[in-house]
Amino acid sequence: MEILRYSVYRFGTMLMTLLVVSVMIFVIINLPPGDYLSNQITELRASGQSAGVAKAEFLRTEYALDKPLYQQYLIWMGFFPGPHGFSGMIQGNFGWSFEFDLPVSEIVGDTLWLTVLVNMAAIIFVYAVALPLGVAAAARSRTWVDYSSAFVGYLGLATPNFLLALILFYYGHKYLNLPIGGLMDPMYEGLPMSWDKAKSIGVHLIVPTFVIGTSGASAMMQRLRANMLDELGKPYVETATAKGMPPARMLAKYPLRVAFNPFVADIGNLLPSMVSGSVLVSVVLGLQTIGPALLQALKSQDQFLAGFILMFVALLTLIGTMISDVLLVMLDPRIRYEGRDA
Amino acid sequence: MTHLPDGRYVDDAPYDPQASLLELERKDLDAPNWLLVWRKFRTHRLGLISGIFLLLSYLMLPFAGFIAPYGPNTRHADNLYSPPQSVNFFHEGQFIGPFVYPMESEANLETFQWEFVADTDNPAKLTFFCDGDSYMLAGLIKADTHLFCAPDGVTIFLWGSDRLGRDVFSRIFYGAQLSLTVGLIGISVSFVLGIFFGSVAGYFGGRIDWVINRVIEVLRSLPELPLWLALSAAVPSNWSPVAVFFIISIILGILDWPGLARSVRAKFLSLREEEYVKAAEMMGASSGRVIRKHLLPNFMSHLIASATLSIPAMILGETALSFLGLGLRAPAVSWGVMLNDAQNLTSVEIYPWIAIPMIPIIVVVLAFNFLGDGLRDSLDPYQQ
Repeated sequence: MEILRYSVYRFGTMLMTLLVVSVMIFVIINLPPGDYLSNQITELRASGQSAGVAKAEFLRTEYALDKPLYQQYLIWMGFFPGPHGFSGMIQGNFGWSFEFDLPVSEIVGDTLWLTVLVNMAAIIFVYAVALPLGVAAAARSRTWVDYSSAFVGYLGLATPNFLLALILFYYGHKYLNLPIGGLMDPMYEGLPMSWDKAKSIGVHLIVPTFVIGTSGASAMMQRLRANMLDELGKPYVETATAKGMPPARMLAKYPLRVAFNPFVADIGNLLPSMVSGSVLVSVVLGLQTIGPALLQALKSQDQFLAGFILMFVALLTLIGTMISDVLLVMLDPRIRYEGRDA
Repeated sequence: MTHLPDGRYVDDAPYDPQASLLELERKDLDAPNWLLVWRKFRTHRLGLISGIFLLLSYLMLPFAGFIAPYGPNTRHADNLYSPPQSVNFFHEGQFIGPFVYPMESEANLETFQWEFVADTDNPAKLTFFCDGDSYMLAGLIKADTHLFCAPDGVTIFLWGSDRLGRDVFSRIFYGAQLSLTVGLIGISVSFVLGIFFGSVAGYFGGRIDWVINRVIEVLRSLPELPLWLALSAAVPSNWSPVAVFFIISIILGILDWPGLARSVRAKFLSLREEEYVKAAEMMGASSGRVIRKHLLPNFMSHLIASATLSIPAMILGETALSFLGLGLRAPAVSWGVMLNDAQNLTSVEIYPWIAIPMIPIIVVVLAFNFLGDGLRDSLDPYQQ
């Protein structure tokens, strides 16, 4: 019951945060002087195409860009009736992309779940790599296992994501014949889901997952190792060893459980940086996630598209953080339900 | 030495247990804190080496123009994508001092590439402290003396040249000026903001604390890169490279402070109940004075260590932004701008040396990490 109450409370705070974030995103997007349409209008005026001007002016009123900023925000969010009544983010109308001349939802469509997929794969990769390596490094501390995993970890932290992407891409293609670019074979694009398509996506996911996950895995591995080392010095470990427990079972049964906590809690720190990484890596590797679309939209001031993508990215991280918080409370009864900061 | 009847040996020198104990301890107790920290830090080999390396790197920055043989944007139209040249000492088995072999370019009409062949018959001796492209020493003094250059008509590209025939080696040194200072400016901004908001939240508590805490939570829960992208997309494209550079570093700093503010706040929460704080308050010290004189010095060193650990993120951030074309733009030179050319896989495959700027990035980031780890470990000199 308590957990249910906590989940509801956590969900509420998430909604509040999302609201604040939406204001922030709207302000940031409107920071550059002018908007897509007013830039276009000046351009058209300069070249004397009055027909285009009329269309652009029409779009401006259509999307309420001629209203004051705070009204624009309220209309965008759907708190305030626009030219066509209530139709904003909360009503499911994500706006119009001026550059592509299409509704935003049509442009992002497929890329949304691919983004989620890439990030999920990266998270699984982080856990799958960091857990065994971190435990091994702690259990065999100050041996070659420890040192080599520390070395790999430091290198993972220090290499810029996009460079790693380029390198892995190149060698992956050369020696392992991994496919280059994209998230699936071009022949499957737009086709309904099938077994072959899933396989193609799986193969294409290998390099991106590795690249996005590496720095997160390094950080988590180091933290797990430090936690494990703290626990390994405690008397209960000695007792377990003394009574003749096999080391592997002992590790899994006692110290790992205690050291595991930050592992779940860390996802709050991990997720934002991984989503960042996936945006960058997607641009470099040409993945059909929202990364390249975001970059393009920001460069051309396509504000509804950019705004929606930023909101989506924020939502993704907030949901991830919320899930990890709830999981943490379920895993560890010692954690108090409120006021866990400080 | 006295030989006692029961077979023991005893030292004859007068022995005062109290005195010798005090003498030993006194030296350590009187040593200022920084000396103790330094003593411990010295034993951290990796951190020490990294620290020295970084110090040298930063000291080198004003003299980048002197060390680099060419200017950052000097083009050699005849030497596009010229491969790295090595400096040799022995020509046909004879020592003739440092020299390079001149490169001769030939167009390969099958691949449509320039191919470079070293002319091994005519070694060109390097000259030292020679005149070349003019540059500003430390940004103030106009100078045109370079550490080394090749004789007229011969080029020296230690790490090759890029798509416009610019020397990669020289550009890395010029690029260091921006890439290394981005982190410093960013961290100063983040330091000031973090300490200010963290200490206000921790010291006063209550409603201010609540508001600042929520802001921190919101900022920390957002992915950084999309925000960086959005903010730097807002920088007008007609600004000068220097202005863009400052704005970019400030943006990096503005989004970095929440982490620092959190740790400052946590420390303040526990320290503000201490007796010496009460005493200071009762003597009428203002809140500002209590924070500055009594509380902050307690953990300033910890803050410096954590700041050292967050500089790499900023350097990587600048690189990523410039790489994507939203950070610094040409004619400014930074490592990220240089890597912008390496975006294309085919050109990296044919001309691998244009990816060389990744080496200084990795080395500097590693050095900051090691230095930070070393500092953190040695900051508590009383702990064994």
